[in-house]
Amino acid sequence: MSHANAWIEVCAADDIDEEDVLRFDHAHQTYAIYRSPDDVFYATDGLCTHEHVHLADGLVMDHIIECPKHNGRFDYRTGQAKGAPVCINLKTYPVKVEAGKVLIQLG
Amino acid sequence: MRESAEDIVIVGAGETGARAAAALRENGWAGTVTLVGHEPRAPYERPPLSKAVMVAAEAPQPPYILSAERLRENDITLLTGCAVTRIDRAAHAVELADGRRLGYGRLLLATGCSARRLAVPGADPGRLHYLRTYDDALALREQLRPDRHVAIVGGGFIGLELAASARSRGCGVTLIEAGPRLLMRGVPADIAAAVAARHQAAGVTLKPGVGIERVEPAGTRQVLVLSDGSRVECDGIVVGIGAAPNTELAAHSGLAIDNGVAVDARLATADPDIFAAGDCCSFPHPLYDGRRIRLEAWRNAQDQGALAARNLLGAGEDYTAVPWFWSDQYELTLQIAGLPDAGVHTVARPLGDGVQLNFHLAADGRLVAASSIGPNAKIAKEIRVAEMLIARRAQPDANALAAPEVKLKSLL
Ligand SMILES: Cc1cc2nc3c(=O)[nH]c(=O)nc-3n(C[C@H](O)[C@H](O)[C@H](O)COP(=O)(O)OP(=O)(O)OC[C@H]3O[C@@H](n4cnc5c(N)ncnc54)[C@H](O)[C@@H]3O)c2cc1C
Ligand code: FES
Repeated sequence: MSHANAWIEVCAADDIDEEDVLRFDHAHQTYAIYRSPDDVFYATDGLCTHEHVHLADGLVMDHIIECPKHNGRFDYRTGQAKGAPVCINLKTYPVKVEAGKVLIQLG
Repeated sequence: MRESAEDIVIVGAGETGARAAAALRENGWAGTVTLVGHEPRAPYERPPLSKAVMVAAEAPQPPYILSAERLRENDITLLTGCAVTRIDRAAHAVELADGRRLGYGRLLLATGCSARRLAVPGADPGRLHYLRTYDDALALREQLRPDRHVAIVGGGFIGLELAASARSRGCGVTLIEAGPRLLMRGVPADIAAAVAARHQAAGVTLKPGVGIERVEPAGTRQVLVLSDGSRVECDGIVVGIGAAPNTELAAHSGLAIDNGVAVDARLATADPDIFAAGDCCSFPHPLYDGRRIRLEAWRNAQDQGALAARNLLGAGEDYTAVPWFWSDQYELTLQIAGLPDAGVHTVARPLGDGVQLNFHLAADGRLVAASSIGPNAKIAKEIRVAEMLIARRAQPDANALAAPEVKLKSLL
């Protein structure tokens, strides 16, 4: 738990388009970082809870990330699974933007 | 009111039946839900059977869709190992193979498909392998062993996925296809050619355009004698020549059959209390001039199951979802949205790295399908956006479609 509560720098805010997602790997874990259409940043675990595919290869629509494998859908603000084939929620992480940098809090 | 008006019975506990049962509860249905399945186990997903289940070092558990806990929570009665043998429409009841009778207010047929059987002189039916169920998959796993050679009959999705799984387990493969090329049904020729090239690179011997004259026993092995005179000696024969919809129940109760149980856009049969959904039904598709189609696709099974559930409760919604299918072979995924054969011209979008992405346009420029092969991460988003364009009946600019620097999303 060496990273407990640490804020980790992910990327520049400009690296993610609005209504898009970026993959972020850190300490053998993978995360998905989202920028919503209303310009708010969010972060979730990076792998789909159905068959462990990288969500960052999927499509962001409004506040939904759609898995690229079988189109399972999650609300990336809450991590909530929105129905078959996904039934397990995604873990979410706090995100902040400081001096044009996106940071996420792990642990 | 009939005694059984509060009872909904679903025949077939596959993807469609399971999804429909869960959706009935999600939509607030308070009456009974009885899911009757012929197979000896709870509903599970079939797509992994030709993929993960085949290549895993140890046979995994079936990938269940509804756990015992979810069945209990949702108060769904699941009868396994139990076939419905007759529908008594006048009495609103179904008869089970063990003699029981179940009354219904509304009935959903979700009986799916069965693998087509191969009829060839000399073939011992007991030595032909098919793949539709988890039990079939367990038996097949025993065939695809290293240092063995299997003959796969049929160059459709199941045969090709099994060929890829066999190669990754070190098993030799000869694949025989009667048609002039692989994936004749619904897959554009250039995508099929990319699939063929990948299989050849993996060491699969492809034999398109040849029939099987007869099978001869050769001790523990068998020999297929082909129409071009060649002989293929193998340790096992796997047959993947398509699937036929399970329509006998519906036909015997006087319901119309047309390449599947014929339903209308709401998935209703001519009997207002009987609906059909998933692989077993044919339905008119509004995006394709109301053409009657039948799909054998996992998402269609889910979506139709969910929609049939709402319509069993009186929603009266039409099914309009864009057909969508995927197949995994080696590191490649093939995805198709829409019906490519409804297009008259094709625009390719060059994405590099051996990725192929085609847009299929009707004569009026409307996008009717998109087809692609490549690593899933490279193609999934594009196909998903194409699907949305198809649903909107969009007529996107062909130059923009062909230009990879134009974001597809910007065409929405
Ligand atoms: C090996 C394999 C791999 C696949 N891979 C993919 C893929 O990669 N992508 C994709 O999109 N699709 C794929 N599919 C297709 C997908 O699995 C099907 O579209 C889906 O299973 C259809 O669901 P269904 O419930 O309509 O039918 P089924 O899954 O066939 O279920 C029907 C059930 O009804 C039961 N039944 C039939 N008659 C009766 C009766 N009289 N009484 C009681 N029970 C009855 C059957 O035993 C069966 O269990 C694959 C299918 C197979 C077999
Ligand atoms: S892997 Fe994400 S929906 Fe199946």
